[in-house]
Amino acid sequence: MREKSSHFPWEFSQPKRMATIQSVAGENEQHPDVALVEQVRAGDVSAYDKLVRKYERQVFRIAQHITQNREDAEDVMQDAFLKAFEKLDQFQGNSKFYTWLVRIAVNESLMRLRKRRTGKMVSIDEDVETEEGSVPRDLADWAPDPEQNYSQAELAEILRKTIQGLPPGFRIVFVLRDVDGLSTEETAETLGLSVPAVKSRLLRARLQLRERLSRYFRKKQGGAK
Amino acid sequence: MTCSEFLALLDDLIDDAVSPDTRTELQQHLKGCEHCEVTLNTTRKTIEIYRSHEIYELPASLRERLHAAIMARCKKGC
Ligand SMILES: [Zn+2]
Repeated sequence: MREKSSHFPWEFSQPKRMATIQSVAGENEQHPDVALVEQVRAGDVSAYDKLVRKYERQVFRIAQHITQNREDAEDVMQDAFLKAFEKLDQFQGNSKFYTWLVRIAVNESLMRLRKRRTGKMVSIDEDVETEEGSVPRDLADWAPDPEQNYSQAELAEILRKTIQGLPPGFRIVFVLRDVDGLSTEETAETLGLSVPAVKSRLLRARLQLRERLSRYFRKKQGGAK
Repeated sequence: MTCSEFLALLDDLIDDAVSPDTRTELQQHLKGCEHCEVTLNTTRKTIEIYRSHEIYELPASLRERLHAAIMARCKKGC
Protein backbone atom coordinates (compact mmCIF):
# COMPACT_ATOMS: atom_id res chain seq x y z
CA MET A 1 0.00 0.00 0.00
CA ARG A 2 1.36 3.36 -0.94
CA GLU A 3 1.36 6.43 1.21
CA LYS A 4 -0.39 9.38 -0.29
CA SER A 5 2.60 11.64 0.26
CA SER A 6 4.90 9.43 -1.77
CA HIS A 7 2.88 10.25 -4.87
CA PHE A 8 4.57 13.60 -5.17
CA PRO A 9 7.27 13.60 -7.79
CA TRP A 10 9.76 15.80 -5.99
CA GLU A 11 10.06 13.18 -3.33
CA PHE A 12 11.18 10.59 -5.82
CA SER A 13 14.82 10.42 -6.64
CA GLN A 14 15.60 11.04 -10.28
CA PRO A 15 15.79 7.84 -12.29
CA LYS A 16 19.38 6.91 -12.84
CA ARG A 17 20.79 7.42 -16.27
CA MET A 18 22.37 4.32 -17.71
CA ALA A 19 25.93 4.04 -16.62
CA THR A 20 27.15 3.07 -20.07
CA ILE A 21 27.04 6.60 -21.36
CA GLN A 22 29.45 8.60 -19.33
CA SER A 23 29.49 12.31 -19.47
CA VAL A 24 32.75 14.11 -19.87
CA ALA A 25 33.77 15.53 -16.53
CA GLY A 26 35.53 18.61 -17.77
CA GLU A 27 36.17 20.52 -20.97
CA ASN A 28 39.73 19.34 -21.26
CA GLU A 29 39.22 15.88 -19.93
CA GLN A 30 39.28 13.26 -22.63
CA HIS A 31 36.41 10.82 -22.89
CA PRO A 32 37.70 7.22 -22.51
CA ASP A 33 36.15 6.39 -25.90
CA VAL A 34 38.26 9.03 -27.58
CA ALA A 35 41.40 7.43 -26.19
CA LEU A 36 40.27 4.06 -27.56
CA VAL A 37 39.58 5.62 -30.95
CA GLU A 38 43.09 7.09 -30.96
CA GLN A 39 44.52 3.65 -30.25
CA VAL A 40 42.55 2.11 -33.11
CA ARG A 41 43.79 4.82 -35.44
CA ALA A 42 47.31 3.99 -34.34
CA GLY A 43 46.72 0.42 -35.50
CA ASP A 44 45.58 -1.32 -32.33
CA VAL A 45 42.56 -3.38 -33.39
CA SER A 46 42.05 -4.74 -29.87
CA ALA A 47 41.01 -1.24 -28.81
CA TYR A 48 38.17 -1.48 -31.32
CA ASP A 49 37.25 -4.79 -29.74
CA LYS A 50 36.69 -2.90 -26.50
CA LEU A 51 34.45 -0.36 -28.19
CA VAL A 52 32.39 -3.09 -29.84
CA ARG A 53 31.89 -4.92 -26.56
CA LYS A 54 30.97 -1.72 -24.82
CA TYR A 55 28.19 -0.76 -27.21
CA GLU A 56 27.04 -3.91 -29.02
CA ARG A 57 23.99 -4.36 -26.81
CA GLN A 58 22.76 -0.82 -27.39
CA VAL A 59 23.36 -0.97 -31.13
CA PHE A 60 21.50 -4.26 -31.37
CA ARG A 61 18.61 -2.85 -29.34
CA ILE A 62 18.29 0.22 -31.52
CA ALA A 63 18.44 -1.90 -34.68
CA GLN A 64 15.71 -4.16 -33.29
CA HIS A 65 13.50 -1.23 -32.40
CA ILE A 66 13.75 0.26 -35.88
CA THR A 67 13.76 -2.84 -38.08
CA GLN A 68 11.52 -4.99 -35.84
CA ASN A 69 13.26 -7.96 -37.33
CA ARG A 70 15.86 -10.15 -35.73
CA GLU A 71 17.86 -11.00 -38.87
CA ASP A 72 17.96 -7.38 -39.94
CA ALA A 73 19.06 -6.31 -36.49
CA GLU A 74 21.96 -8.79 -36.58
CA ASP A 75 23.03 -7.51 -39.98
CA VAL A 76 22.68 -3.90 -38.90
CA MET A 77 24.80 -4.47 -35.83
CA GLN A 78 27.56 -6.03 -37.87
CA ASP A 79 27.40 -3.48 -40.67
CA ALA A 80 27.25 -0.51 -38.31
CA PHE A 81 30.41 -1.56 -36.49
CA LEU A 82 32.23 -2.29 -39.75
CA LYS A 83 31.18 1.02 -41.21
CA ALA A 84 32.21 2.87 -38.08
CA PHE A 85 35.61 1.19 -38.30
CA GLU A 86 36.02 2.23 -41.93
CA LYS A 87 34.93 5.78 -41.24
CA LEU A 88 36.88 6.20 -38.03
CA ASP A 89 38.99 8.92 -39.66
CA GLN A 90 35.85 11.02 -40.01
CA PHE A 91 35.02 10.80 -36.33
CA GLN A 92 35.49 14.17 -34.70
CA GLY A 93 37.00 13.78 -31.29
CA ASN A 94 34.75 16.49 -29.92
CA SER A 95 31.54 14.56 -30.46
CA LYS A 96 30.75 11.46 -28.50
CA PHE A 97 31.72 8.21 -30.13
CA TYR A 98 28.49 6.66 -28.94
CA THR A 99 26.18 9.21 -30.58
CA TRP A 100 28.27 9.03 -33.74
CA LEU A 101 27.97 5.24 -33.75
CA VAL A 102 24.24 5.33 -33.07
CA ARG A 103 23.78 7.68 -35.97
CA ILE A 104 25.43 5.13 -38.26
CA ALA A 105 23.28 2.34 -36.77
CA VAL A 106 20.07 4.36 -37.27
CA ASN A 107 20.96 5.00 -40.92
CA GLU A 108 21.82 1.35 -41.51
CA SER A 109 18.55 0.29 -39.89
CA LEU A 110 16.53 2.64 -42.08
CA MET A 111 18.31 1.35 -45.19
CA ARG A 112 17.37 -2.20 -44.22
CA LEU A 113 13.78 -1.21 -43.73
CA ARG A 114 13.63 0.50 -47.12
CA LYS A 115 15.08 -2.59 -48.78
CA ARG A 116 12.49 -4.78 -47.14
CA ARG A 117 9.56 -2.55 -47.88
CA THR A 118 10.34 -1.50 -51.40
CA GLY A 119 8.23 1.35 -52.61
CA LYS A 120 7.13 2.27 -49.15
CA MET A 121 8.60 5.43 -47.72
CA VAL A 122 10.40 4.85 -44.48
CA SER A 123 11.45 7.90 -42.57
CA ILE A 124 11.87 9.03 -39.06
CA ASP A 125 11.70 12.68 -40.11
CA GLU A 126 8.05 12.87 -40.95
CA ASP A 127 6.05 14.02 -38.02
CA VAL A 128 3.11 11.79 -37.43
CA GLU A 129 0.02 13.72 -36.62
CA THR A 130 -1.81 11.76 -34.05
CA GLU A 131 -4.16 12.72 -31.33
CA GLU A 132 -3.68 9.47 -29.54
CA GLY A 133 -2.02 9.85 -26.22
CA SER A 134 -1.93 13.62 -26.28
CA VAL A 135 -4.84 13.67 -23.90
CA PRO A 136 -4.77 10.83 -21.37
CA ARG A 137 -8.04 8.93 -21.45
CA ASP A 138 -7.35 5.95 -19.30
CA LEU A 139 -7.08 7.54 -15.91
CA ALA A 140 -7.25 4.47 -13.76
CA ASP A 141 -4.37 4.20 -11.35
CA TRP A 142 -2.01 1.27 -11.65
CA ALA A 143 -1.52 -1.49 -9.17
CA PRO A 144 1.60 -1.07 -7.03
CA ASP A 145 4.55 -2.68 -8.84
CA PRO A 146 2.20 -3.87 -11.60
CA GLU A 147 4.99 -5.62 -13.51
CA GLN A 148 5.17 -8.21 -10.75
CA ASN A 149 1.85 -9.65 -11.87
CA TYR A 150 3.60 -11.02 -14.94
CA SER A 151 6.47 -13.41 -15.56
CA GLN A 152 9.63 -11.96 -17.10
CA ALA A 153 8.74 -13.50 -20.45
CA GLU A 154 5.16 -12.18 -20.34
CA LEU A 155 6.35 -8.75 -19.35
CA ALA A 156 8.93 -8.60 -22.13
CA GLU A 157 6.21 -9.58 -24.61
CA ILE A 158 3.88 -6.87 -23.30
CA LEU A 159 6.62 -4.25 -23.49
CA ARG A 160 7.61 -5.30 -27.02
CA LYS A 161 4.06 -5.37 -28.31
CA THR A 162 3.30 -2.02 -26.74
CA ILE A 163 6.28 -0.13 -28.11
CA GLN A 164 5.94 -1.74 -31.55
CA GLY A 165 2.58 -0.04 -31.90
CA LEU A 166 4.17 3.40 -31.81
CA PRO A 167 5.18 5.25 -34.99
CA PRO A 168 8.91 4.57 -35.67
CA GLY A 169 9.86 8.21 -35.13
CA PHE A 170 8.34 8.18 -31.65
CA ARG A 171 9.77 4.80 -30.79
CA ILE A 172 13.33 5.68 -31.57
CA VAL A 173 13.17 9.00 -29.72
CA PHE A 174 11.85 7.22 -26.64
CA VAL A 175 14.53 4.55 -26.81
CA LEU A 176 17.43 6.95 -27.26
CA ARG A 177 16.18 9.41 -24.70
CA ASP A 178 14.62 7.26 -21.98
CA VAL A 179 16.21 3.83 -22.37
CA ASP A 180 19.71 4.77 -23.55
CA GLY A 181 19.78 7.95 -21.54
CA LEU A 182 20.94 10.36 -24.24
CA SER A 183 20.14 14.02 -23.66
CA THR A 184 17.49 15.80 -25.74
CA GLU A 185 20.26 17.59 -27.65
CA GLU A 186 22.18 14.38 -28.34
CA THR A 187 19.01 12.66 -29.49
CA ALA A 188 18.27 15.56 -31.83
CA GLU A 189 21.79 15.49 -33.22
CA THR A 190 21.77 11.72 -33.67
CA LEU A 191 18.48 11.70 -35.55
CA GLY A 192 18.94 14.97 -37.41
CA LEU A 193 15.86 16.42 -35.75
CA SER A 194 15.30 19.76 -34.06
CA VAL A 195 15.19 19.92 -30.28
CA PRO A 196 11.48 20.92 -30.24
CA ALA A 197 10.69 17.97 -32.54
CA VAL A 198 12.44 15.59 -30.15
CA LYS A 199 10.59 17.08 -27.19
CA SER A 200 7.18 16.84 -28.80
CA ARG A 201 7.76 13.25 -29.88
CA LEU A 202 9.08 12.26 -26.50
CA LEU A 203 6.01 13.58 -24.71
CA ARG A 204 3.65 11.82 -27.09
CA ALA A 205 5.68 8.61 -26.98
CA ARG A 206 5.64 8.56 -23.20
CA LEU A 207 1.92 9.27 -23.01
CA GLN A 208 1.01 6.72 -25.65
CA LEU A 209 3.07 4.01 -24.00
CA ARG A 210 1.51 4.88 -20.67
CA GLU A 211 -1.97 4.72 -22.13
CA ARG A 212 -1.34 1.36 -23.79
CA LEU A 213 0.32 -0.18 -20.74
CA SER A 214 -2.64 0.83 -18.58
CA ARG A 215 -4.55 -2.04 -20.10
CA TYR A 216 -2.19 -4.47 -18.38
CA PHE A 217 -1.18 -2.59 -15.29
CA ARG A 218 -4.32 -0.90 -14.03
CA LYS A 219 -5.67 -1.75 -10.62
CA LYS A 220 -8.24 -4.47 -10.71
CA GLN A 221 -11.67 -3.20 -9.86
CA GLY A 222 -12.71 -3.97 -6.32
CA GLY A 223 -9.07 -4.28 -5.29
CA ALA A 224 -7.76 -2.49 -2.26
CA LYS A 225 -7.17 1.21 -2.81
CA MET B 1 -3.11 25.95 -13.75
CA THR B 2 -5.27 23.80 -16.01
CA CYS B 3 -4.74 20.11 -16.75
CA SER B 4 -3.54 20.97 -20.28
CA GLU B 5 -0.99 23.36 -18.88
CA PHE B 6 0.13 20.71 -16.46
CA LEU B 7 0.44 18.16 -19.25
CA ALA B 8 2.52 20.56 -21.34
CA LEU B 9 5.06 20.63 -18.51
CA LEU B 10 4.87 16.94 -17.71
CA ASP B 11 8.11 16.02 -19.49
CA ASP B 12 10.05 18.85 -17.90
CA LEU B 13 8.74 17.80 -14.52
CA ILE B 14 9.72 14.17 -15.11
CA ASP B 15 13.16 15.22 -16.39
CA ASP B 16 13.58 17.55 -13.43
CA ALA B 17 13.93 20.58 -15.69
CA VAL B 18 11.49 23.01 -14.09
CA SER B 19 12.19 26.13 -12.07
CA PRO B 20 11.33 26.13 -8.36
CA ASP B 21 8.40 28.51 -9.01
CA THR B 22 6.94 26.31 -11.72
CA ARG B 23 7.44 23.30 -9.51
CA THR B 24 5.38 24.95 -6.79
CA GLU B 25 2.59 25.65 -9.28
CA LEU B 26 2.67 22.07 -10.50
CA GLN B 27 2.57 20.88 -6.92
CA GLN B 28 -0.46 23.04 -6.26
CA HIS B 29 -2.24 21.56 -9.27
CA LEU B 30 -1.42 18.01 -8.24
CA LYS B 31 -2.85 18.53 -4.78
CA GLY B 32 -6.28 19.08 -6.26
CA CYS B 33 -6.16 16.91 -9.37
CA GLU B 34 -6.10 13.17 -9.06
CA HIS B 35 -6.13 12.70 -12.84
CA CYS B 36 -2.86 14.53 -13.33
CA GLU B 37 -1.36 12.78 -10.35
CA VAL B 38 -2.20 9.39 -11.85
CA THR B 39 -0.89 10.49 -15.24
CA LEU B 40 2.39 11.65 -13.72
CA ASN B 41 2.96 8.57 -11.62
CA THR B 42 2.07 6.05 -14.30
CA THR B 43 4.15 7.89 -16.92
CA ARG B 44 7.13 7.77 -14.59
CA LYS B 45 6.49 4.09 -14.01
CA THR B 46 6.29 3.50 -17.78
CA ILE B 47 9.74 4.99 -18.25
CA GLU B 48 11.15 3.10 -15.30
CA ILE B 49 9.83 -0.24 -16.57
CA TYR B 50 11.24 0.25 -20.05
CA ARG B 51 14.56 1.35 -18.63
CA SER B 52 14.94 -1.60 -16.32
CA HIS B 53 13.79 -4.40 -18.62
CA GLU B 54 15.80 -5.40 -21.66
CA ILE B 55 13.26 -6.47 -24.26
CA TYR B 56 15.74 -7.27 -27.01
CA GLU B 57 18.38 -9.33 -25.28
CA LEU B 58 21.47 -10.05 -27.32
CA PRO B 59 22.18 -13.77 -26.71
CA ALA B 60 25.78 -14.64 -25.84
CA SER B 61 26.14 -17.07 -28.76
CA LEU B 62 24.96 -14.51 -31.26
CA ARG B 63 27.16 -11.89 -29.67
CA GLU B 64 30.25 -14.02 -30.01
CA ARG B 65 29.45 -14.96 -33.59
CA LEU B 66 28.86 -11.39 -34.67
CA HIS B 67 31.83 -10.24 -32.71
CA ALA B 68 34.15 -12.71 -34.40
CA ALA B 69 32.82 -11.66 -37.80
CA ILE B 70 33.33 -7.98 -37.07
CA MET B 71 36.85 -8.46 -35.78
CA ALA B 72 37.85 -10.75 -38.66
CA ARG B 73 36.73 -8.09 -41.15
CA CYS B 74 38.37 -5.29 -39.22
CA LYS B 75 41.69 -7.09 -39.00
CA LYS B 76 41.68 -7.36 -42.77
CA GLY B 77 41.35 -3.60 -42.76
CA CYS B 78 37.71 -3.87 -43.78
ZN1 LIG C 1 -5.06 18.13 -13.72
